[in-house]
Amino acid sequence: MISLNRSNCVIIVTFIALLALPPVLASIGESYYISIVTKILIYALVGVSLDLIIGQAGLVSFGHAAFFGMGAYVCGVLSHHGSNGLLVFYLFPGTSNALLTWPIAVIVCMLLGLLVGIISLRTAGVYFIMITLALAQMVYFLIISIPQYGGEDGLGLYGRNELAGVDLNDDTQFYYVCLLCLVFYLAGSIKLTRSSLGLIIKAAKFNQQRLVALGISPFKYQLLIFVFSAAGAGLAGALMANLTQYVSPDYLHWNLSGKFLIIVILGGIGSLFGGFYGALILLGLEEVLSSYTDHWHFVVGVILIIMVLTSRQGFYASITGKKT
Amino acid sequence: MILLLEQLFNGLQLGVTLFLLASGLTLVFGIMGLINLSHGSLYMVGAYITATVTQYSGSFFIGLCAAIVTAAILGVIIEYLIMRHLYHRDHLYQVLATFGLILFFNESVQMIWGSQPLYINIPPSLDFTVKLFGQAGYPAYRLAIIALGIFILLILYLFIFYSKIGMLTRAGSSNREMVQALGVNINKLYTGIFAFGAVLSALAGGLAGPIYAVEIGMGESVLILAFVVIVIGGIGSIKGSFISALVIGIVDTLGRAYLPQFFKTFMSASDGAAVGGSLASIAIYLLMAVILVFKPKGLFTRL
Amino acid sequence: MKMRASQAMMLEVRHLSVCYGLSQILEDVALSVNKADIVTLLGRNGMGKTTTLKTIMGLARSHRGEIIFDNQRIDQLPSWKIAQMGIGYVPEGRQIFPNLTVRENLIATCRSELGQSWHEQEIYSLFPRLAERKHNMGAQLSGGEQQMLAIGRALMTNPKLLILDEATEGLAPLLRQEIWRCLEKLKSLNQSILIVDKNINDLLNIADLHFIIEKGQIVWQGDSDQLKKSKTVINKHLAI
Repeated sequence: MISLNRSNCVIIVTFIALLALPPVLASIGESYYISIVTKILIYALVGVSLDLIIGQAGLVSFGHAAFFGMGAYVCGVLSHHGSNGLLVFYLFPGTSNALLTWPIAVIVCMLLGLLVGIISLRTAGVYFIMITLALAQMVYFLIISIPQYGGEDGLGLYGRNELAGVDLNDDTQFYYVCLLCLVFYLAGSIKLTRSSLGLIIKAAKFNQQRLVALGISPFKYQLLIFVFSAAGAGLAGALMANLTQYVSPDYLHWNLSGKFLIIVILGGIGSLFGGFYGALILLGLEEVLSSYTDHWHFVVGVILIIMVLTSRQGFYASITGKKT
Repeated sequence: MILLLEQLFNGLQLGVTLFLLASGLTLVFGIMGLINLSHGSLYMVGAYITATVTQYSGSFFIGLCAAIVTAAILGVIIEYLIMRHLYHRDHLYQVLATFGLILFFNESVQMIWGSQPLYINIPPSLDFTVKLFGQAGYPAYRLAIIALGIFILLILYLFIFYSKIGMLTRAGSSNREMVQALGVNINKLYTGIFAFGAVLSALAGGLAGPIYAVEIGMGESVLILAFVVIVIGGIGSIKGSFISALVIGIVDTLGRAYLPQFFKTFMSASDGAAVGGSLASIAIYLLMAVILVFKPKGLFTRL
Repeated sequence: MKMRASQAMMLEVRHLSVCYGLSQILEDVALSVNKADIVTLLGRNGMGKTTTLKTIMGLARSHRGEIIFDNQRIDQLPSWKIAQMGIGYVPEGRQIFPNLTVRENLIATCRSELGQSWHEQEIYSLFPRLAERKHNMGAQLSGGEQQMLAIGRALMTNPKLLILDEATEGLAPLLRQEIWRCLEKLKSLNQSILIVDKNINDLLNIADLHFIIEKGQIVWQGDSDQLKKSKTVINKHLAI
């Protein structure tokens, strides 16, 4: 039985609002907004996955766009070959079946996460920040060096993927699919953090030496959560490729990694649910500001600096009253 | 053979530029424990100021001086208003605030100079080629950058190991509370070091102006390279950043020049170019990963 | 007994209270150091000696009370200002800079003002051992050499008052003698000193005034003659 405390109320109200949003938008004739909210859901998914590493393990990953972009590119490249009939790397055929492209995107991202995790988790602190950034940059350069997939121009797709029983090209149906993905990933994350594995990772955040002295090496647990996090970002990337029907090197760019960090901070570190509110605030702010000025990045930058210098709590904490 | 020599020198020149950037970054991190993403923004600002002032004054040297003065002033202001409040905060917040600064600087530059790239001419006094080992010519300007980089390394070395401020800097990196308890206002020292790092970064930007295009975001890609440099060299070590900057510069340059050719010898021309090109673009990151497997804290530790 | 009231006051601590979080470490501590005196702060471990010294140095913050040095209140000043006003600090554990040479440790933070002043050479004649190890790194020194260096480093700031925390802790008897000789030399130069140490017998010979602290409060004060006579005081507050 879920107790009706303040944070649960906030979550339930948010969820109901998200469920009811498409019909409401349709009835007031503003269906345009549905793709913006879909984008918010996708970014929220990345926010939740990144918060697993930052909030639970206490490690600041500055390369999360690599997983997001990789997910988008894997999905995009498979779909691209699915429609032009050529083989991927001369090896196997492409496909535009979402039940293949999305899981493959997730699996490739998990493998990438495993590789990045093995290298970067040997370090901590500022080394971890710089190494995840550098490795993400490596993925960026690797992908833009392949001219077949658009290089710096990105790769346009011929429509969204196919999913049996659902028309993904319908914005409303695609929205609900994204919402479902977010809810499932969130549920998985919560289950993971409440398991004994989650406790070990939290313990490692506070005192790694003591944990080692108890005979537990946190490395493999941290690696597991890192891979799970990469999976979430990869899934979000695949969804993003479908939403925009286009994959762009911007999805891999370190600027986006920075934005993901902002989402986690805005939402509140360690809150998981905060990822949604962080994405809502950041993308909402972008949407509003960009309608007034071309230089809205300027305003975001200033707000960010002021936010860091003045406050320490995220938005989720301030509406739920929960300390994170 | 001559081509190889030329590429080696190009690598050295890139390495020296990276060193100018990395030394400021590594000093600021080693001493104040601050990770500063906006270091690359000062590189960009340095290049823009140099371009503009050179255009108006007609002298590249005056342009460089203007960039240095601007960077020093900006460095003091940024340290005083923002960085000072971040020294004791988690790295995450340092990353975010300095990321905000990048957005701020990029948009400010766009508002002032527009989004078209600027170009600086090589100063006429250095616009000639030098015969290396009696054969093909090499641009004197690039040689001058290499020489200046080595000169600055010497200055830095003398400064850190023989000046009183250098001693305090090293002392502060090991025990900042004790330095204060002996009567040194460490905030002033920090402001000075931060501004000094800003000056080196702007100088690197100004010098790079005649070689690369002066454009928005030019500092970011080179900043990430500088991160790779200091991670390999060991954060906080000037010696480490110098050596690893040269290694990175040379590996990157030679990789781009020769890897595609190498792969073409046993692959079709287009595939070889593609594979070689891809590998060249990630060579330094692979190098970093390999080094970190053996030395997770970099090659050298501490000043 | 000498008349001390007429002598100029160097340092005066009044009603000093310090808390770390919820636990009170010092309560209403009062002590004073006159010019050219050697004053000790005695007590068992954990009684608040180091906290008292750290608070004077501005490294810990007081909740109540005043610290007056050279006729000026210093209790709200940052530590570097306090040091600049003329307090030389030799901390517990020496805390010399391991990545600087002996010579650099001495000159990095040195300050000289007009009048009597310490220079590098005088430190070497006070501690010849340091001259031999001039170019060694701080990290390569033995405990005794580190202690000499820490004292030398503080003297190089030409302090009006020298504060020593655990001056001879962990040192071999011979080295301890060398530190005491140094303090006697400083006394003959009219250097004011506030010292924390556990070797009461040695301190009885060179110090003018003693304060005993227990559980954050000053429980006894008096000169060496009075302390020598009161075996009960020593047994009650200082014996281990």
